[in-house]
Amino acid sequence: MDLILVNLIDGLVTGLLLFMLSAGLTLIFSMMGVLNFAHASFYMLGAYFAFQISMALGFWMGLLLAPLIVGVLGAGVERYGLRRVHQYGHVPELIFTFGLALLIEELVQFIWGKNQMPYEAPEILQFTAFAIAGNSIPAYKIFMIFISVIIFIGLLWVLTRTRVGMIIQAALTYPKTVEALGHNVPLIFMGVFGVGTALAGVAGVIAGPVLGTFPGMAFVLGSIVFVTIVIGGLGSLWGALVASLLIGWMTTFAKSYNLRMEDLLTWLGFTKPENIWDSAWRDLWTITSPQIADILPYILMVLILIFRPYGLFGKRDA
Amino acid sequence: MRKSITLGVAAALTLSVSSFSVAADTIKIAFIDPLSGPFAGTGVNGLHQYEFAAEELVNKKGGVLGGDMFEIVAFDNKISPKESLIQLQVAIDQGIRYIAQGNSSGVANALTEAIDKHNRRNPEDRVLFLNYSAVDPALTNDKCNFWHFRFDANADIKMDALTDVIAEDTGITKVYIIGQDYSFGKAVAAAAVRFIGEKRPDIEIVGNELHPIGKVKDFTPYSRKIMAAETDAIITGNWGADMLGLGKSVLENGYEGPIFTYYAAADGITAAFGETGEGSLRLVAEGQINPPASDAAAAYYESFKAKYPDGNISQARITNVIEMLAKAIEEAGTATDVVPVAYALEGMEHESLWGGSVKMREVDHQLIQDVHIHAHTGDDITFDYDNSGFGIKVENTVTMAAMDSPTTCNMRRP
Repeated sequence: MDLILVNLIDGLVTGLLLFMLSAGLTLIFSMMGVLNFAHASFYMLGAYFAFQISMALGFWMGLLLAPLIVGVLGAGVERYGLRRVHQYGHVPELIFTFGLALLIEELVQFIWGKNQMPYEAPEILQFTAFAIAGNSIPAYKIFMIFISVIIFIGLLWVLTRTRVGMIIQAALTYPKTVEALGHNVPLIFMGVFGVGTALAGVAGVIAGPVLGTFPGMAFVLGSIVFVTIVIGGLGSLWGALVASLLIGWMTTFAKSYNLRMEDLLTWLGFTKPENIWDSAWRDLWTITSPQIADILPYILMVLILIFRPYGLFGKRDA
Repeated sequence: MRKSITLGVAAALTLSVSSFSVAADTIKIAFIDPLSGPFAGTGVNGLHQYEFAAEELVNKKGGVLGGDMFEIVAFDNKISPKESLIQLQVAIDQGIRYIAQGNSSGVANALTEAIDKHNRRNPEDRVLFLNYSAVDPALTNDKCNFWHFRFDANADIKMDALTDVIAEDTGITKVYIIGQDYSFGKAVAAAAVRFIGEKRPDIEIVGNELHPIGKVKDFTPYSRKIMAAETDAIITGNWGADMLGLGKSVLENGYEGPIFTYYAAADGITAAFGETGEGSLRLVAEGQINPPASDAAAAYYESFKAKYPDGNISQARITNVIEMLAKAIEEAGTATDVVPVAYALEGMEHESLWGGSVKMREVDHQLIQDVHIHAHTGDDITFDYDNSGFGIKVENTVTMAAMDSPTTCNMRRP
């Protein structure tokens, strides 16, 4: 029972981290119809910038400045890169962001090298917040939950309660009309891209000390972010949240409990082949849930695409 | 990329210079390891250690055979077995007789087979394989051959030493084994289960699991499980980001016991663990860095740091490779015919720069040496890793580890 509670908290941390990444991505997609392949690279840049700033000015300045720099960089990419490519259609845009991802990875390796960076959580948060049956929950995790929840509420408030949010939402569906009404739609696009990448930057800043700051960190998270927004429904903030939490809890529970395929198959009424090591079904019978935990979200995505192609909360028609 | 280009240019330059000045007087050693791609850091660091050892231990002392100098020629194999075979052919075509390789047992398996075949077919230009890091036990057992010499302790020997220490610690009654899901991770797990079963049957193995290699984002669920198993010790063969991720996660989540590892040092890992690893991380390896075994060892390390301020001597055995090869060539009286050199290497006893003596076992060409259990610590460290103030210090030593261990090697000698 205690372990369930601990896993719930762990899954929540993973899920919220994923949410910060996918929120920006899903916003950008719903605006411009562009799947930004370089999104996870901005997450990596956030971690590296924060590491560099924290060396000189401490963790908190890193938390403040790194997302800003990443956001400005992202806005610059939109203004001087994507906007130019936009006129040629979606495929060149995809290729552009894909190339950008590769470029950023090489740049990071060029500047910081291939080794792990010693990016640490601040001293003040390096204690155990509380423990449940011997499993300690570090204060830093609570801090991560706290930051992500604030960001979610802030985003929701801006999008639904402010004038800026209304214009953004209007520009999502009727960009031409909004432009005719005298709003600067390209500026809105640039702003959304900047904020989206800044969110990824925040995620990088707070995830860097926990998940490691190394050149492969974008690659490790890159694909799962896309899975999240597909499951949640492209363009839906709530969808991104629900899908992130779902994935967080699903993988956490699958890894912490050794559910065996053998038990499932026996329960379904199959009998285990006598000589399992020579059997063609060996791999199927010996699978355990931790082994497949990381591909469960992909299986879920395939199911979603089959049965509900517009995602859990998506509004678009298939 | 850039590094490999510079290296290539440097290699080309040295080649062209040496070809008209001292062509007859250089003994070339091909260094075939990753110099680009994700493992380039390890490869380049190894190359530096080779170049430095050749310069410092052989060339500055007047070379071998009355003035012949050692030269390391770098070949980038991108850690791919296929690419390695191409590079091997290039090296042989350049007249190189000595092949050094270490990263990845997969590559070593491919090379040892290719070299065996080449030497059988081309008796006039045979080559020797100096394996300095690939630890798959099969290389000195089923797949052994006369041309292959392993200078690192293999995975079984290391686990033997590790379990010696675990067996002596009566406080340990439960052990959790976790590793990456591929051949090496499985070999480590199998060896751990076997040796613990032999030495301390009372120890309960409370967990034995594999995780996907290089794909785990967050190790928290694994560390929860480890905590729930209430284990007294963890054994892992993880390396790179998987080592760091696992180690940091279990420590963060309240684990305080020892973590026995193979590769939890240098290449950024020591710096990233820093304070958190103190008291928990143990590492099994040959080569004593801290405390320095002798003044000579300390002086050697200091001059290495003067030349490569960002480097680490993370593979101490490389000095054994260079020194023993020099000795064998001297003894054989030739560097071009590798058969007498190989016979000289066989059974050779040598005083290691890092303390203790080592012996190249005739029967399987496995170097028998002292294996140490190191602790990751910031106290009393003469030479730190990653300039972090932290390093590894010898805690226990198994002298001449696994000297009488059995081997299935059945060698054919020329």
